[in-house]
Amino acid sequence: MADPILQISSVSKNFGGVVVLEDVSFVVEAGARHALIGPNGAGKTTMFNVISGVYQQNAGDVLFAGQNINDIPSRKRIALGMARSFQNIRLMPHLSVTENVMLGQHSQAGILDLLKPIMVMPRAHDKERAVELLDSFGLEAFQGRSVSELPYGVRKKIEVVRALMANPRLLLLDEPAAGLNVAETATLHDFLVEVAERGVTLLLVEHDMPFVNKLCETVTVMNFGRRIYDGPVSGLREDKNVLEAYLGADA
Amino acid sequence: MSGYLSGLIGILGINIIFAYSIYVTAATGQLNLGGAGFQAIGAYSCAVLSEMFGLSIPFLLLLSTIIGATVGFLIAFPILRTRGVYMVLATFAFAEIVAGVILNSDSLGGPTGLVLSDYIETDVIIWSTIGVVVFCFYLMSTRIGLAMRAVHDDEAVADLLGVNRRAVQVGAFAIGGALAGLSGGLYALYFGFVEAQYFNAFLSIFVLLYVLIGGTQTAWGALIGASFFTLVPELLRMGDDWRFFIFGVIIVVMMIWRPEGMVTRQAIDRITLKLFPVVRRHG
Repeated sequence: MADPILQISSVSKNFGGVVVLEDVSFVVEAGARHALIGPNGAGKTTMFNVISGVYQQNAGDVLFAGQNINDIPSRKRIALGMARSFQNIRLMPHLSVTENVMLGQHSQAGILDLLKPIMVMPRAHDKERAVELLDSFGLEAFQGRSVSELPYGVRKKIEVVRALMANPRLLLLDEPAAGLNVAETATLHDFLVEVAERGVTLLLVEHDMPFVNKLCETVTVMNFGRRIYDGPVSGLREDKNVLEAYLGADA
Repeated sequence: MSGYLSGLIGILGINIIFAYSIYVTAATGQLNLGGAGFQAIGAYSCAVLSEMFGLSIPFLLLLSTIIGATVGFLIAFPILRTRGVYMVLATFAFAEIVAGVILNSDSLGGPTGLVLSDYIETDVIIWSTIGVVVFCFYLMSTRIGLAMRAVHDDEAVADLLGVNRRAVQVGAFAIGGALAGLSGGLYALYFGFVEAQYFNAFLSIFVLLYVLIGGTQTAWGALIGASFFTLVPELLRMGDDWRFFIFGVIIVVMMIWRPEGMVTRQAIDRITLKLFPVVRRHG
């Protein structure tokens, strides 16, 4: 078995009196394609926000590659090798595609890198790296374009490419297939398989079950802030708790 | 060069530097309506240091810049606790406090102001302006500039991408304070006289308008906006009493026609694409 890259250990989170995560634990192995699923309001995005440091949990630990990262601020987690995308695409609207992707390198920039006029140097190393990565995913046609004028599916991919620019070991994807049509979902699947083949562990929140079945090997299911299933995707259909959460107690 | 033209170039240079002081914070998404307060600090620092210590001109301008930067840095911490319209009001209140302190301080001349015995020629302003414009274009072309624009667009995502948003915002206030301080020092030395009434709320509003009408998306905006606001009223002098009415109409039309400012990134991209098609492929 591979070493775990992410360990969630008894994590709880509440907002005032509302308990959103309650004693949730699960492990993502290095190199895995792991899904985090559950009905609306299950706490999936809150869990993503705890993992990426947007929220501080009230109890429990988050370990990344064996290191407890509870006290590491959100800004510094990307440098450890953890990058994420968002439920609603959050590319920078006034930055071009290339500039958005270059922003993904920020965590690796040293003091001197900050002072180089990279935006006007035609052959700046940072810019060439961004262009190369876009090229390698077949997105070269969109390089200098404004992100606001691009199709939804392309923007989703560019958000992932931006995250990949940080050379992450773990990529958190929040509903990557949401809002995509069948053809776009198929393209995204192949794209994420290619990302995973480059050695990146995937953890994704997703509602599209056929997409999860096809892409992921393991899954954690949450309902009302609690973990109700953790195991292979193939075991989902037989699990009583999962059936009850999705189909009701009479199922 | 005629006295009129020389004076116009002088005030244009001061306005351009002043506009960049507001642009730098606006580029990170912070609106500063306290520009007059920062410029007053630079102008009065220069006047007091000149009269008390008889320092040389370069040293006076350097100290005006450093004092402006220090005030900008320090004031950023309480101001950045506020957001949106409250931040605008906080910066406005800062400028009012500065004006109030000056008006009630005998050592700063109170309402009668201070006279300087040192003075500068227009060429000092021209070279200072060129230096500031080059610096701002350079700053916005670096990764720091990219981070500033990212904080402007979405500071939460910028943070998750590793950008130290607090450092970027505080740094922008410090640089803005420095440039406003420099513009104030130049003003004091060029006109040889400073009075609190000049650094009033209208000045803060006008300099913010230079930047918003010019456009905050690129470093061109402050240059174009300040030039527009300084030169067009002069060109409209032939309109006599109708001058400010016509200028007001022009501003309203500009806001309708180009709500994101006179110079947008798209416009720059279009022009650059025409001039350098190969380079822009990577832009």
